[in-house]
Amino acid sequence: MKYTFDFASLQEYWPEFLRGALMTLEMTAIATVLGMVIGVLCAIGRRGKRPWLAALCGAYVEVVRNTPYLIQIFFIFFGLASAGLKLPIFAAAILTMVFNVGAYTAEIVRAGMDTIHPGQIEAAEALGLSVPQIYWDVILRPALERVYPSLTGQFVLMMLSSSVTSQISAEELTGVANSVQSESFRSFETFIVVAVLYFLMAMLLKFAFFLVGQAMFPRRRRLGTPL
Amino acid sequence: MGGSFTVNHFLYLLQGVGWTVVLSALAFALGGVAGFGVMLLRTARSALLRRISFLYVQLIQGTPLLILLFVVYFGLGVVGIELPPLLAAGVSLMVYCSAFLGEIWRGCVESVPRTQWEASEGLALTRWQTLVDVILPQAARIATPPTVGFLVQVLKSTSLASVVGFVELTRAAQVVNNSLFTPFLVFGIAGVLYFALCYPLSRWSRSLERKLNVGRRQAA
Repeated sequence: MKYTFDFASLQEYWPEFLRGALMTLEMTAIATVLGMVIGVLCAIGRRGKRPWLAALCGAYVEVVRNTPYLIQIFFIFFGLASAGLKLPIFAAAILTMVFNVGAYTAEIVRAGMDTIHPGQIEAAEALGLSVPQIYWDVILRPALERVYPSLTGQFVLMMLSSSVTSQISAEELTGVANSVQSESFRSFETFIVVAVLYFLMAMLLKFAFFLVGQAMFPRRRRLGTPL
Repeated sequence: MGGSFTVNHFLYLLQGVGWTVVLSALAFALGGVAGFGVMLLRTARSALLRRISFLYVQLIQGTPLLILLFVVYFGLGVVGIELPPLLAAGVSLMVYCSAFLGEIWRGCVESVPRTQWEASEGLALTRWQTLVDVILPQAARIATPPTVGFLVQVLKSTSLASVVGFVELTRAAQVVNNSLFTPFLVFGIAGVLYFALCYPLSRWSRSLERKLNVGRRQAA
């Protein structure tokens, strides 16, 4: 059987695709910022002196990293709904993304913090730096600089896996694709177009993170390598 | 709605676990073979082959697995090949695994010192002999921890096969939840079952990594 491609009939849906792509990027941006905050706090919690907090953060990281994102989405979205808390879908989707990516971020940030030599921290203490100063200037900033590539890689992966939130009918790019293909009956072409769009968005995101990295870490910019 | 969670529901979920394992094994085996091919192309001498395989890897790693699944599922259906859901899911997971495993293994092969290649050439080994007898045994040691770690990724990814109607653990949980509507309980149990599959593998991967790094561990 010969199949003739018909991309032309998808032209009228272009604004829809664009809307979906923008929504995906918006969700990604919000989840990146919030996930970063959760991840850093959780990494600090795991290193901290309170055993119960360290155990709690450790359990959170392990649970998220060893269960599928789809199950997490269903658990949170339908679970909250059954408990009487009906979140708007956009908020629920972002909540699950943050919950998910926060754990991965925590693990990466912790790995970065582990590379900081204890001597550095002792030296900072001897110089009388306060605890927030030590955490920010001595531990966190060099640690983030070192793990920046894996961190941004994780956020790109999160952008891709945000497609799964279409399963709770979030109207992001994959959700849009699902409704377009059921209207146009051009499912094959629709998903090829969407695949290309995701690919372009991944490239765009990588480039944006590269620029942010150049602005944030002057040392990386000057030397071409992290410290 | 109505009724409570019974042994039968649990057995149904366990059946789902079985299919999750089958699909993961299928994806990993097929993806492993294809990934080996990708690794060969990524480290080939011809720049053209390297570039093509690089593009392939970028393309697959730059699109969501869910979209890949839809492309395979709808695409092959439209072209006239009717695939059962197990095979459609298996094929798309294979493609997905091949890109990631190929790239992981490429890194491992390239981490073997160049001098090993040169020494083998000096001993008049063919390129294939060098790869199989000299490089791969050394690369395999480095490759084991990340490969086991990726297996966890594969297990989790199979949950997406539920979207094309393949009844593995996630789909089974959805079916049970649709009749009981106790999402916290049902998806909680499904989560625990996934965790029981993945956590030992994660631990194993981490202990392999520690063993491998014994010689190079930094004084903390």
